[in-house]
Amino acid sequence: MSIERTERRQAAGLAAPALLWTLAFFLLPFGAMVWMSLGHMEGRTVVPGPGPETYARIFSDPSLFRGIFVSLEITATVTVLSVALAWPLAWIIATRVPARWRRLALLLAVLPFWTSYVVRSYSWALVLGEKGVIMNALTGLGLLAEPVQIMATRTATVIGFTHFFVMLLTLTIYSNLVQLSPNYARAAEDLGASRWQVIRLVILPLTLPGVMTGAFLTFVLCIGDYITPQILGGNNELSLPQLIMLQLGRRGDFPMASALSVVLMAIVTLAYAASARWLKMDRV
Amino acid sequence: MRILSWAYLALMFAFILLPVAVLVVFSFQDGRLPVPPFKGPTLEWYAKVLADRDLMAALGNSMLVALASSAVSVLLGFLAAAGFARARLPGSALLRGLIIAPMTVSYLIIGLGLLQAVNWIGLRPSLMATGIGHVVINLPLCFAILAASIGAPQQSALRAARDLGAGERQVLSLVLAPMIAPSLAAAFFLSFTFSWDEFIIAFLLTRFDVTLPVEIWSMLRSGLSPETNAVGALVFLVSVLVVVTLELLLFRKAAK
Repeated sequence: MSIERTERRQAAGLAAPALLWTLAFFLLPFGAMVWMSLGHMEGRTVVPGPGPETYARIFSDPSLFRGIFVSLEITATVTVLSVALAWPLAWIIATRVPARWRRLALLLAVLPFWTSYVVRSYSWALVLGEKGVIMNALTGLGLLAEPVQIMATRTATVIGFTHFFVMLLTLTIYSNLVQLSPNYARAAEDLGASRWQVIRLVILPLTLPGVMTGAFLTFVLCIGDYITPQILGGNNELSLPQLIMLQLGRRGDFPMASALSVVLMAIVTLAYAASARWLKMDRV
Repeated sequence: MRILSWAYLALMFAFILLPVAVLVVFSFQDGRLPVPPFKGPTLEWYAKVLADRDLMAALGNSMLVALASSAVSVLLGFLAAAGFARARLPGSALLRGLIIAPMTVSYLIIGLGLLQAVNWIGLRPSLMATGIGHVVINLPLCFAILAASIGAPQQSALRAARDLGAGERQVLSLVLAPMIAPSLAAAFFLSFTFSWDEFIIAFLLTRFDVTLPVEIWSMLRSGLSPETNAVGALVFLVSVLVVVTLELLLFRKAAK
């Protein structure tokens, strides 16, 4: 009994620094933020709550309320697009590329994943700009009479995001595909399935848990990101993270920034609850 | 099917590699704007970057924050993983959950919470605050990696060491740490990468001494410039070198 108690005391002592750190620098600040969201601004000063004023303002001010839908629409588009583009890519690398070149192909397919996130968004601003490579090529070839504006629109944000998450999803789906035993495909072929049927009815369903996990990760990272919409999307329509930063920067409105963050958290939690039964976190 | 596969592969590679290629090519632009037409190669912008004091200071700051925060993350994660392996604590599922929790929260929200806490205590935003924030985001990762690497073989080795009279400190430093050294290295490397590239927490929690991503961000405000391309290309080069080195090391190990 006393040995057990000593063991427990030692275990607690070892875990304590990490627990205290998380408590002090994550949980308490998080609590302070939730508390702040229950206050509201009067002029330039924060009036502590608890009260619903700030949340009520989100739902009555269209420019704030709209941000929730802008974020949801962008994130949903990016998630669907990224999965649809990444799955075939991962499948081709895993099954069509000769084994010798497979590592190299995968390395190339995710190479820009390792550059700085800020720089990657900037690179797309270079490519998509009015004088950028794409518009230059299209007008040069005579396919377009005038450059079309892509920069500072939602399209640019979606392209920038999709670029990043295609790489992420290719990695997760690829690792899923190579773990599958080739016997599944062989058995299905022996039983008379066409190649297309094998993919659609056997391989695709088997990778679903991995795909769902990757899609959830994409959803969470995409909806919380400030950099990509700020650099590529411009200020015509603002996503939730952009609104949060705007409240902080220009107005110093901490209660509103906090309330919008709580809304963001709530959306992510709902998304998790909705997809929890599909997720297998250990499969990533 | 075959032709279709190769066409798709080529198309996707073009999409994935295009922005990086454009970034690198126009970092050699002999002109004011990094857009076509490409005018002759020059190293002018690289020279400018290397002579830029703010950039070099930011680089040093990033290195410092990344090294320090990764070291603290790995240390705390290691101790906690060893602790949870030592004995079943009451409510251990909840406690593990607490350590893992920051993983599920956007960096923006973690940064915002810390900013309010820092203001509240009356401290100024600083590199120290940024480092603290980076430990918050990397500790769950280190803990998860290291806890997963302590299995039955490690457990019995630890028990044997204790039976033979090793003190708790010796058990950790002479038995457990060497046994899970590859995981410790992986945890450190990953933490370093995340801290090195982290923008939003550093943006919220620094004022005068900034990290590299924040400095690059402020360069963007003055519009497109080949100098930004050159910085981006350098950062990219370093990351690729690290990744390729790791790949070769790991690949060679796997082949053995």
